[in-house]
Amino acid sequence: MTDKTSRRNFLASSFAAGAAVTVARGAQAATPDPLITQVQPWAQGFGEGVDATPYGLPIRFEDDVIRRNVEWLTADTISSVNFTPIHALDGTITPQGCAFERHHSGAIELKKEDYRLMINGLVDTPLVFTYADLERFPRENHVYFCECAANTGMEWAGAQLNGAQFTHGMIHNMEYTGVPLRTLLEEAGLNTAGDLKDKWIFVEGADASSNGRSIPMEKALDDCLIAFKANGEALRKEHGYPVRLVVPGWEGNMWIKWIRRIEVTDTPVESREETSKYTDTMEDGSSRKWTWAMDAKSVVTSPSPQAPITHGSGPLVISGLAWSGRGAITRVEVSKDGGMTWETARLAKPGEKMALTRFYLDTDWDGSEMMLQSRAMDDTGYIQPTKAQLREVRGLNSIYHNNCIQTWLVRSNGEAENVEVS
Amino acid sequence: MSKYLKSTAMLAALALAAAPAAAEKLGLGRTALPEEIAAWNLDVHPDGSGLPVGSGDAIDGEEIFAQQCAVCHGDFAEGIGNWPKLAGGKDTLDREDPLKTVGSYWPYLSTAFDYIRRSMPYGNAGTLTDDEVYAIVAYILYSNDLVEDDFVLSNESFLEVEMPNADGFFVDDRAETEYSQWSSGEPCMENCKDEEVEVTMRAMVLDVTPQEETDDIVPATEAKAEAVEEVAEEEEAVREEVVEAEFDAALAADGEKVFRKCKACHQVGDGAKNRVGPMLNGIIGHPAGAVDGFKYSNALQDAADGGLVWSEEELAAFLAKPKDYLNGTKMSFAGLRKEEDQAAVIEYLKSFEQ
Repeated sequence: MTDKTSRRNFLASSFAAGAAVTVARGAQAATPDPLITQVQPWAQGFGEGVDATPYGLPIRFEDDVIRRNVEWLTADTISSVNFTPIHALDGTITPQGCAFERHHSGAIELKKEDYRLMINGLVDTPLVFTYADLERFPRENHVYFCECAANTGMEWAGAQLNGAQFTHGMIHNMEYTGVPLRTLLEEAGLNTAGDLKDKWIFVEGADASSNGRSIPMEKALDDCLIAFKANGEALRKEHGYPVRLVVPGWEGNMWIKWIRRIEVTDTPVESREETSKYTDTMEDGSSRKWTWAMDAKSVVTSPSPQAPITHGSGPLVISGLAWSGRGAITRVEVSKDGGMTWETARLAKPGEKMALTRFYLDTDWDGSEMMLQSRAMDDTGYIQPTKAQLREVRGLNSIYHNNCIQTWLVRSNGEAENVEVS
Repeated sequence: MSKYLKSTAMLAALALAAAPAAAEKLGLGRTALPEEIAAWNLDVHPDGSGLPVGSGDAIDGEEIFAQQCAVCHGDFAEGIGNWPKLAGGKDTLDREDPLKTVGSYWPYLSTAFDYIRRSMPYGNAGTLTDDEVYAIVAYILYSNDLVEDDFVLSNESFLEVEMPNADGFFVDDRAETEYSQWSSGEPCMENCKDEEVEVTMRAMVLDVTPQEETDDIVPATEAKAEAVEEVAEEEEAVREEVVEAEFDAALAADGEKVFRKCKACHQVGDGAKNRVGPMLNGIIGHPAGAVDGFKYSNALQDAADGGLVWSEEELAAFLAKPKDYLNGTKMSFAGLRKEEDQAAVIEYLKSFEQ
């Protein structure tokens, strides 16, 4: 039966079933469905008028599709994180309203009128821009994922949190509109900086944490964006309104929110966020620093612990997300037996560089227990590793950059659990 | 890096074709004034560049630390609850659960100065003088046994301090240690493991995932929401009676500002929960030690058993100098010296009934 589950076979078999009438159809209805035979209130009267909600929220039936926080993780919600409900979303674009938040001193309110962006340091002319100035530079649109380096970090030592939202939800994917950072640096002039190869920029936010980070000049001139719109509308307060830095493919901590200053420097500042945090301690006690790129990773979002199978055996859509900070996803495989055998999943669209890719495995579930895994490959040829492979190199004390293959144990009743497997 | 530069150059060339050409300056923005740059450019680099002129020692630092930092980081920089521990952890980096502190982990002392000057104290950032920052940093070093208590940390002595983990870091080597191993062509598709796969660990055994009623059917949650609303309405009515006594809104507004000092540990208002300290809704006029689910110090528990009620007078006395008022209290807050601050914060707390 197992070979029945490839997509081609599934499509072929469902086509055959359709042609051969109702053999595979679900239960026959015993009595007519009143939702069909009786006139329902929504079909009789009116719905709401056009201005009932000038800015709409999801309908109340979806009110469980929200960001959630794990309280024991941090001392205080002001300096904390919550998680995108990826188990309940589909496609690739994350709505801003449920995209994870990470603050170091809370989400501040900063008006466009009060916004200033300074460029100083080794530039020809130190400059100050207003928000209005930024809107007069030529701008670009790009879709990028933003993943916290600590995403899946709680899972290093073992399976901990029971839900894709909590294990993999420190990620969102939006279409940004903004001005290339390169444009602004060139406006200030880089002749003073001399050879750009060994230069850096230091970027900081307007909030109390300032969250300063050093970024090599090469990256700054390559693809960083000074963004002021996401998914077509203004950034949300919690994502850095009115202006944030976008650092494609690199850890979310570098995507400075409420960005207020860009300084061109000779050397990295070695700020709190790039020494005491966001460094990776190995088994021998030494630590990697400057681990900026987010490696290829994937997760099955459904079924998963918060999104169990409720329909019994038969046609089942296994779905998930894959991404790489070093390129585009080229291929995703799904295993139902804990990594013994793999099937190639269908990418909803060809992978795009440093953006989320949605994958599907359209399958026929026989109702038996599954150890569901997904494995991503990117266009550098990198194959997402197992947790054992990561531990072999890094030991158990690491926190950040856990891009291991995730396992969900799906039981025959459809419920799923976060597990580790041999 | 050179490979990187090459691709950057290629991208730049591509960008000329695909994106709006922006090679020429647009003349937007204005020149930043030296005063403006000085106000925002606070970076301190590992070589000490950017340090302001100033000094402080651990003896002064201890007092300032007690006032400004100990509420979260503990009197000895040992950290309270989930708040960062700043001292200790020597020789733990290669053990299970290493303790990463300024002393055991931070490679550069400049990082501590830079961060404390910009962003501390939590909730009141940028209010310390440069000398206070030097003194606090000296105290943190002292707490880590890295300097004597009379060591004067200054812009001149700064580089004398040796950080134990200065050589403990290396630049990202994933390209060599990981990418080369895990980019091995065609991935395995069949018989990828030697033995039958077994579950070795389950999240549900740990049971640390936040629980909720997401599976509830809609009518149930609606009923629950209604019930909550009803309770809220009843509370509203009660609140009006109680608070109407004499409530000084202007004073309460001042109190909200004072309360910033308390916020790191105490919550008030809708959904307030116990944190490092108990939630404070309805605290005025209520028996001490009675917030559900909070583990009080023995000292406070004894006082509560003795019938202590948080009247305005008692609370003011406690807030003035917590440790004098109640020897053994867990509240490691130095106190509100000014009577007007005590009165203001009490007025503010009055606006949050149970």
